[in-house]
Amino acid sequence: MTPTTQPRASRNARMSKGDVRFETAIVILLAILTVIIIYPLVYVVSASFSDALMVAAGRVFLWPVSVTTDNYMQVFKNQSLMSGFRNSMIIMAMGTALNLVMTILAAYPLSRRNLWGRNVLMKMITFTMFFSGGLIPTYLMVGKTLGLMNSWLALILPGAISVYNMIIMRTYFTSSIPYEIQEAAEIDGASHFGTLMRIVLPLSGPVVAVIGLYYAVGHWNSYFSALLYISKESLQPLQLHLRKVLILNSSQTMMDMASDEAARQAMRAETIKYAVIVLSSVPMLIMYPFVQRFFIKGVMIGSVKG
Amino acid sequence: MAQLDLRNVRKFNQQNRITRNWQLYLMLLPVVVYFVVMAYGPMYGVLLAFKDYKVRRGILGSPWAEPLMKHFVRFFTSPYCERVITNTVVLSLQSLLWGFPVPILLALCVNEVRNSTYQKFVQNVTYAPHFLSTVVLVGMIRSFTNTDYGVVNLFIRALGGEGYNWMQRADLFRPLYIGSGMWQNAGWNSIIYIAALSGIDLEQHESAMIDGASRWKRIWHINLPGIMPTIVTLLILNSGYIMSVGFEKVFLMQNDLNLSVSDVISTYSYRIGIESAQYEMATAIGLFNSVINMALLVMVNAASRRLGDTSLW
Repeated sequence: MTPTTQPRASRNARMSKGDVRFETAIVILLAILTVIIIYPLVYVVSASFSDALMVAAGRVFLWPVSVTTDNYMQVFKNQSLMSGFRNSMIIMAMGTALNLVMTILAAYPLSRRNLWGRNVLMKMITFTMFFSGGLIPTYLMVGKTLGLMNSWLALILPGAISVYNMIIMRTYFTSSIPYEIQEAAEIDGASHFGTLMRIVLPLSGPVVAVIGLYYAVGHWNSYFSALLYISKESLQPLQLHLRKVLILNSSQTMMDMASDEAARQAMRAETIKYAVIVLSSVPMLIMYPFVQRFFIKGVMIGSVKG
Repeated sequence: MAQLDLRNVRKFNQQNRITRNWQLYLMLLPVVVYFVVMAYGPMYGVLLAFKDYKVRRGILGSPWAEPLMKHFVRFFTSPYCERVITNTVVLSLQSLLWGFPVPILLALCVNEVRNSTYQKFVQNVTYAPHFLSTVVLVGMIRSFTNTDYGVVNLFIRALGGEGYNWMQRADLFRPLYIGSGMWQNAGWNSIIYIAALSGIDLEQHESAMIDGASRWKRIWHINLPGIMPTIVTLLILNSGYIMSVGFEKVFLMQNDLNLSVSDVISTYSYRIGIESAQYEMATAIGLFNSVINMALLVMVNAASRRLGDTSLW
């Protein structure tokens, strides 16, 4: 993500023996850490592609044993997981779009030095970061006053602006986009909307991408608001279905074929969970490398002076 | 006379600034509506904590509680009160103690690696778990620690031990919660420090190298002080959440066998408020929680401003 900060030649020239040993120690330390972090992920993927009996018998440690896609086939057959997947995609797309529009609409005016009342507004908004009505008043507001029970709006309206992300974006606007460019555009007759659309946003691709990623991940992964507001099964997002399968242990019911041996079925159910975990994380895995490019760019643009 | 002129000029400027910026105010309109409805609306809803709620009469129309603080008293005298407060504070303090320093160390280490391919590899791997959902994370813990098939127990048995269900042991709840949290977020939380490190002036490093400073010395005397404002700011922000352990993960990890350590304020008020619909008492608990958090934040911020020069406001 971050480019190495020191010029290579001058650093090499000055590496003492102690420094070399120091760096070797750090490289090894990081290698150990990386293995600790990557192992559970590798195991999940390997187990998901392994025969259930092999996983249960403890034959899978690192790589798949008796490779099969059976586990995935079982997941694809499960209607409620698939509908949850679709619902989550739609909620994530709608929610993220709303998040970005609202965050930009807040961050841009508040980044303008000459906006009268800016400080008061900023204080009112920051205050909500640290003090909130709490669970029940919010629940009554969204569910009862606004009547959003069993509506996806209940999942996307309450968190439409994350104050934290708004502050990041506002900081980017003030620190990485020269105020003089905006002033020049306005002297040339551009309106504020024009300046935002044609000057500020085109220069803010990286920060918009990164914050969009934050929001998208948040929508994809959240289950609490759905737990509160969405009781109709056909409307529930993926995470609620995952909870039933992974946490509440109803995966036996996922099996279409009735097996005679209960133990065998339990083994299969355990292994199918790994396939469920992998599938549910696929959208994040696809999105991440794509947005990560922007992230590098964002940091670089931020560090270029002038 | 002069004073009067000045006032007119100022007034004119102010009017000018408002009318010239009408588009900016238009942009802010939906934002203001959002915060009024979604943030300040529920804040008015905390009145509920002092009322006897009658659904049909609304919050304002419902009669005041008699005595006014009765829902608070009920919470503080309930047998669960001490347990949930203790559990919340212990869990979040322990999380902070273990979880806060690791991303800083990680960032300092990653910054020292000069092979940029390796550096990127380490970063991308350590960020990855952050993208797993809480449900998936807890699902993984459950599967890994399953008595019969879990990989953790496979290892234990391979080493000659006896397998057991980790999730059903109260003494393992905190280590599992904190450990999995570190596994999931250490890498992601290091990003902000890595970004701060890349902003440190090169000249400082160059002149230190000319003076013969070792890498360890440069980390200690240049990098660490360089990211200190970031560290302090994040510490202040985190201290504002000491009384609020996130609901999502605890709720999923909770079961009858670990309730004695896993029952925290947020899960308790969920049970009281949503499951048994005692809105007033749950609101009172939430309000108590918010007030404590706010007070902690103000205190830590004031202390930090007095000790150093970093503060949030």
